[in-house]
Amino acid sequence: MTPQSSFLIVATVRDGQLKNLRTLFASMNKIPGHADPDNELISFGRFDRLHVARFVIIEARTAHEIKEFGVTPRPWLPTLAFLGDIDGDVHTFLLELVEHAESGLKKIFSHCEGFSEEDQNLLEWMKANNINANANYVNWIGRTVRQIHEEAALHRSLSTYLQKVVDDDGRENVRALRQKLLSYVELEKYKGRLTLSPPEPTPREWKIRNLLHKIGIPLIILFLSPLLLVIAPFFALRLRMLERSEPELFIRPSRKHLAELTVQEDWDVTNQYSVFGDVKPGLFRLLTFKFILLLTDYFARHIYNRGFLARIKTIHFAHWVLMDNNHRVFFASNYDGSHESYMDDFINKVGWGLNLIFSNAVGYPTTRWIIKEGAHREHAFKYTQRRHQIPTEVWYKAYPGLTVVDLARNSRIRQGVEVRQSNDAEISEWLSLI
Amino acid sequence: MKKSSDFEFDDLQGLLRFGYGKLTDTCFMLLNIANVDLAKQWLNTVPINSAITKDPPPATAVQIAFSVEGLRALGLKESVVDGFSDEFIVGMAGDESRSRRLGDVGRNAPQRWKWGGNAAQVPHVLLLLYARKGNIEAWRKTVEGEHFSGAFLLLEELPTLYIGDIESFGFHDGISQPTIDWTQRQSTDIHERDSFSNLLAVGEMVLGYPNEYGQYTARPLIDPRKDKLATLLPNANNDPAWKDFGRNGTYLVLRHLGQDVAGFWQFLDKVSDHVPQKREQLAAAMLGRERNGTPLIAERIPGIPREDHWNDFTFDQDPNGNHCPLGAHIRRSNPRTGDLPPGVNGFISRLIKILGFGQRPDEDLVASSRFHRLLRRGRSYGPALAPEDAIKPDAPASERGLQFICLVANISRQFEFVQNAWTMNSKFNGVQEERDPLLGNREPLMSGEGTDHFNCPGQSGPMQKTSHLPQFVTTHGGGYFFMPGLRALKYISALPANGSDSHHDEDQEPDTKSYSQFSDSAATH
Repeated sequence: MTPQSSFLIVATVRDGQLKNLRTLFASMNKIPGHADPDNELISFGRFDRLHVARFVIIEARTAHEIKEFGVTPRPWLPTLAFLGDIDGDVHTFLLELVEHAESGLKKIFSHCEGFSEEDQNLLEWMKANNINANANYVNWIGRTVRQIHEEAALHRSLSTYLQKVVDDDGRENVRALRQKLLSYVELEKYKGRLTLSPPEPTPREWKIRNLLHKIGIPLIILFLSPLLLVIAPFFALRLRMLERSEPELFIRPSRKHLAELTVQEDWDVTNQYSVFGDVKPGLFRLLTFKFILLLTDYFARHIYNRGFLARIKTIHFAHWVLMDNNHRVFFASNYDGSHESYMDDFINKVGWGLNLIFSNAVGYPTTRWIIKEGAHREHAFKYTQRRHQIPTEVWYKAYPGLTVVDLARNSRIRQGVEVRQSNDAEISEWLSLI
Repeated sequence: MKKSSDFEFDDLQGLLRFGYGKLTDTCFMLLNIANVDLAKQWLNTVPINSAITKDPPPATAVQIAFSVEGLRALGLKESVVDGFSDEFIVGMAGDESRSRRLGDVGRNAPQRWKWGGNAAQVPHVLLLLYARKGNIEAWRKTVEGEHFSGAFLLLEELPTLYIGDIESFGFHDGISQPTIDWTQRQSTDIHERDSFSNLLAVGEMVLGYPNEYGQYTARPLIDPRKDKLATLLPNANNDPAWKDFGRNGTYLVLRHLGQDVAGFWQFLDKVSDHVPQKREQLAAAMLGRERNGTPLIAERIPGIPREDHWNDFTFDQDPNGNHCPLGAHIRRSNPRTGDLPPGVNGFISRLIKILGFGQRPDEDLVASSRFHRLLRRGRSYGPALAPEDAIKPDAPASERGLQFICLVANISRQFEFVQNAWTMNSKFNGVQEERDPLLGNREPLMSGEGTDHFNCPGQSGPMQKTSHLPQFVTTHGGGYFFMPGLRALKYISALPANGSDSHHDEDQEPDTKSYSQFSDSAATH
C-alpha cells in the first residue's frame, strides 16, 4: 500500500506583487480557478502521483472581526500557499516538481519574500517553507492516482462490454456473465489495454510510525486521564461561560465576494474550498482547538480512512492548519457536489463535528456544550463560512468527473475481478455495480 | 398548541394554502410597470384572494408577485430590498454561476429564453388569474378594470391550458406535496426527525415563521419609528420592535418549461421495440409512478392518512432502486429521506449511525429531505397528446409544457438545491451517467463523461441501461418573485409617489435590517 502525504508551501507575497501574481495564476487556468492540466508553468497532468493541488493567496479579509472580542487585529500580509496531496513521500515529489517544473515554480515564487529567481535552490527553499498541517483527512488511505485511473478504465471497459453481452445473451445467468467479463478482462490485460497494477509494499518506516501513532495517542490520553478528569468540571464551566459571553457575528457576505467565489464553482462534479480566519482569543480556545484537531487527525488517520468521514462521503482530501503562531486557522478541502449541498451535509450530517472544531474560530455561530447549535443556526453558519472563504487562484484535480462514491465503486468492481464471489447473490451485486 | 384557525390566513395570499384546482382556467401575465402611480392605485384595489377558507369556495382568484425590479420600480427602498435573499436580488438568470448550477446551459441557456433571460428583461410583476371553465376572460376584464393598460405593460401572456389532472407527458400530476404544519405541532428538533415526515414547518414556505431549523429565514425588517408607513405591517415574531415586510409572504419560483411530448414517447417507443407494455414500463420507471399516479413502491408509512396513500411511502425498503430506480424523477425531486438512515432503534444504533459506521458504501448519500421541499403550484400548457397518438409520425405538433411554479421561503436551500443536487446532478445517489430522465439536460461533464443514460437496477445482476436519451424538457424562461402578504401589499401600494429613498430623512442609523444581522435573534431549540 502506498500511503498519501501532503505538502503545504507558504511564503509571504512581496509588496506590490499581488496583482502580477494573480495575473500569472490566471494564465494557468482554462476556466476560472481551474488549472489547465497542460499549462506551461506547471503541467500538473504529468505528475502521476498528484491527486489534487492548489495555489491560494491567503488574505485576511475578515481580520477586523476579532475586534468584537476587544482584541486588536494582528497584521497579516498576503501569503501564497501551494498545497497538494500526493502518493508517497513529500521529498520525492518535490524532487519531481523541481525536475519538471523548475522554471514555472521559480517564476511563481519570485513574487514571494525571500526568493530570488536567479540564484535560489528551489528544492531547499520549498522544503524550508513547507509546513505541517495540524490535521489531515484522506478519503481512502492507500488509494493511488494510478489505481484510480486504472480502475476507472476498468469500469468503463466492463460497462461497455457488459451491455454488449447482455444484449446478446440476456441477464439471467449471472455466473456465465461473470465468466465472460473475467475472460474479457484477462484478454484486455493481455492486449495491454487494461492494467491493474498490484499495490506496492507498504514502506516499513511508515508502518512503524503509523502503529506508534495509533497506540501512542490513546496511551498518552489514558496516561493523562486522571488529570483530564480533574480538569473536566472546570473545562465545562469555562466553556459555558465563554459560550454565553462570546460575541456572535451575523454579517452577511457581500454579493461581490460571493460572485468571486461562485465563478470558480460547479464546473465539474468536485469543488474546492479554502477558508481562513482567526482563532478566538485566549488560551482556553487555543488549547481546545489544538486538542480537537489532534483527535480529528487521529480519527482521520486510523478510523475514518475508508471512504467516509462520519456520515460524509463527499470529501476527497482536507487539511486543517494553524498559522500565524497559532492565531489563525486555514482549512482547505476538495468535495463533491455544489457548495450549498456541501454545507447542508455539514449542518445536517456532522454539525456536531463541525461545531467541535470550528466553534473555536472567530465568527462561528454560538454553540451549546460545544456540539449543540452552532452550525444548526443555519443563516449564521452559512454566512460565516462564506465570509471566511477565500478564492483559490488555481486548482487541479487529477480525475475530473469522478466522485468519492465513483472511486469506491470502481474499487469494488476491481475487487470483484480479483476475488471471486462465493454465491449468486454476491455475483449479482457485483454485476449491478457495473 | 395552536389551532389552525389561529393562523393569520387573512394576511396570506391563497396560493400558499390552495392550489385552486377547481378553477381550471388560468391567465398568467408578466407585466412591467408603465406608470407607477396608476399601478399603485390598481394594486390598492385589486381583490387578491386570501388564504381564508370560504364556503362555497371562490369562483375566481387573483394572486400577485413581484420581481426585485418590480419592487424597485414601485419605490421600495434599496435598504428594504437588501433584506431579501441574494438569489432573489440577483435573479434566476442574473449570474452565469447560478445558471451553471441550475442546469440552464446549452439548450437551456438564458440567452435563448423567450423571457427573463437577461437583467433588462426581468418582468416586474407576475399576475396570476384563476377562474372556472369559460370564465377567465370575464374575470380578467373585472380584475384589470379601467386603468390597467395605463398602469402596466403586458410583456408576455404565459400559455396555460387545463388538460385534466395530468401534465403534458400524460402522467397524473401534483401528487407529492408537503402538508404545511399550520398549527406548529411537529418538533423540528434534530433528535426527533429521524425518519421522513410529509408534515413541514410553516417557515419553510411562509416567511416570518420558524423553519425546519427552528429559525427565522432572513427577510426585510423595517423600523416603524423611522418609517411611519411600516405601521401597516405585522410585527416581526422574533423581534417585535421591528415590522416584518416578509411575514406571510413567500418566494415564488417560475420556470417556463417546454416539453417535447412527441419526442419523449417516440423515443420510449423506439427503445421498447414498439411494444406498448414495455414502453409504459420504462415510462413508469423514469417517473417512478405509473401514469395513473401509482408509485412503484408498495410499502406504506404510518402517520399519513390512508386516502393520501399515493403520497404515503418512502424508499427505505428499496435502497438499491430495484422497484423504483434511484434516478427516477420522483425519487430525485423528493427522496423522502429522514435525518438519519433507516434502521435506528435505540441509543447505540443511533450513535453508530451518527458516527457513520455500519453502512454500505452506497448508503446515506442523499440529504435529509425536510430541508428541501417545494410547494408546487404549476399549470400545464398545450393541448393534451396521448402516448398512443404521440408515437405516430404525424403526431400533431404543438407547443406543450409546464409553467412550473413553486413556493419556498429559501430559494437556494429549497428550489436551487433540488434543481442542482437532485434533479440535474449526474452523480445523485451514486447513479451513473444520468440526470433526471425527464427534466435533465444532457450536457456531458467536463471530463467528457456522458449524462444521457437512464439505468434501472434489477434484482438479477446487471442494470437495465437506456442510452442516448434526448433532452425532453427545455427551459424557455424563468424568474424569482416575491409574493407578499396582504398587509405588505398594502404597504407597497402606499409607498410615496416619487420613488425610492425620498422619505429617507438623511438618518445615519439604518431603518431596516435583514433579520439575521442581529445576534439576539437566533431562535432557541
